[in-house]
Amino acid sequence: MALADICKLNFSSKSSLTTLPSNEEVFNAEAQDCFSIPTAPQAASYLSHLSKPDSDVHIKFNHGTTTLAFKFQHGVVVATDSRATAGDYIASQTVKKVIEINPYLLGTMAGGAADCSFWERVLAKQCRVYELRNKERISVAAASKVLANMVYNYKGMGLSMGTMICGWDKRGPGLYYVDSDGQRLNGSMFAVGSGATYAYGVMDAGYSNDMCVEDALALGKRAIYHATHRDAYSGGFVNLYHMKESGWEHISWTDVKDLHYAYKNEKK
Amino acid sequence: KMSRYDRAITVFSPDGHLFQVEYAQEAVKKGATAVGVRGKDIVVLGVEKKSVAQLQEERTVRKICTIDDHVCMAFAGLTADARVIVNKARIECQSHRLTVEDPVTVEYITRYIATVKQRYTQSNGRRPFGLSALIVGFDYDGTPHLYQTDPSGTYHAWKANAIGRSAKTVREFLEENYNADTAASEVETVKLTIKALLEVVQSGSKSMEIAVMRRNHPLQILESAEVEKVVAEIEKQKEEEAEKKQKKMKKSS
Repeated sequence: MALADICKLNFSSKSSLTTLPSNEEVFNAEAQDCFSIPTAPQAASYLSHLSKPDSDVHIKFNHGTTTLAFKFQHGVVVATDSRATAGDYIASQTVKKVIEINPYLLGTMAGGAADCSFWERVLAKQCRVYELRNKERISVAAASKVLANMVYNYKGMGLSMGTMICGWDKRGPGLYYVDSDGQRLNGSMFAVGSGATYAYGVMDAGYSNDMCVEDALALGKRAIYHATHRDAYSGGFVNLYHMKESGWEHISWTDVKDLHYAYKNEKK
Repeated sequence: KMSRYDRAITVFSPDGHLFQVEYAQEAVKKGATAVGVRGKDIVVLGVEKKSVAQLQEERTVRKICTIDDHVCMAFAGLTADARVIVNKARIECQSHRLTVEDPVTVEYITRYIATVKQRYTQSNGRRPFGLSALIVGFDYDGTPHLYQTDPSGTYHAWKANAIGRSAKTVREFLEENYNADTAASEVETVKLTIKALLEVVQSGSKSMEIAVMRRNHPLQILESAEVEKVVAEIEKQKEEEAEKKQKKMKKSS
């Protein structure tokens, strides 16, 4: 390295603590898909203090959010709120918590925003490479597994990600819950975040597999609204998507304030 | 000079040859013949069984191997090299099932085997694999496939093909006798494979092993009695055709 030469410093390759990444490694496309992990043995235990709540260096993630997705006969409905909080401060009311991986795959964001968007972008790249190599679209099962396996490598090192991978493939509508603990679940209905319990209540009350598209979208929207109404850390706008056989369609971006008065008037 | 460019395989010769790869292909040409035919609902593999020594247990010599429930392969060339390839392919099939939650397509596993073979033509200290493989199977959506790989790492899809000793003769026979009607009939596809092998194999059913795979069924190695029956049918047909020809010639002369 040039600077090391000028300073006449000698970095011997034997000392693991002083091997700095070469130019190649930093700009190499493959290396961009992962983080540099400290070269200590059992890096997870070395990094565990970052995730212990009572530790001095604990990284506090904003898990304040409500995201939901459910399968029904006409595909998958995906709905999220748009509030980002830093403690008691509302950092933003307009966060996009649905990540468009490709025209037929969506991912939701809960937990660390950077973790979600970074890894889902890496997932998008892997899905595209799969498509090119195999001349067919990747299945939702495979895409969610790729993501789950990627983050499992960093288990215990403080990643925070709770996402739902939604899509439509050869097997029909697909919905998987993937999180940074290494959990990967197939299911027909999930809600993730601090407002999840409120969303589940509303969804369970109104859900049926044989719903029409209009009713399903209305249910998703209503579930998010109710979560934002009661959960302090959820709010802003309801971001609503519909996953169909032909791919996803963005339905609406509705202010929860407007929904509040609309539902109120309905009751009259 | 040729001799300077055929030691380390990473070196091209001045006229663009990779001699080690070509020598590997020679090794394949010396191997026992293998034939593959793709039908509509059935895929058939046939291999020439080299004669077994008196005290040798015949059952331990298997030239047709299952790679997964729905894919199998036959090879021509170095048996030990084939064992390594088959092993890698078997592991890759299970790895694919684990990461993608779907069985491999025949094309995928062929591509994998071909990639492994190519890697060995471009690293130093290693020689290429001395075998060509015929890979058959059905994809998840039911389409049958037959692929051939060779030591250089290329692969192609075929309707019917032969590798190993006298491959050219057998392939020419297949070109003349393969048609859509044959492919549509399971019986005819098996018959064609046996007929093609008989072009090379002298002593009839004892020196050949035939395996069939039907959609959603595991590989089935035909009993020698069954093969014997088909061979007998083929011989009878040949005799009948020879008689007809003689009669025609007598009439015309």
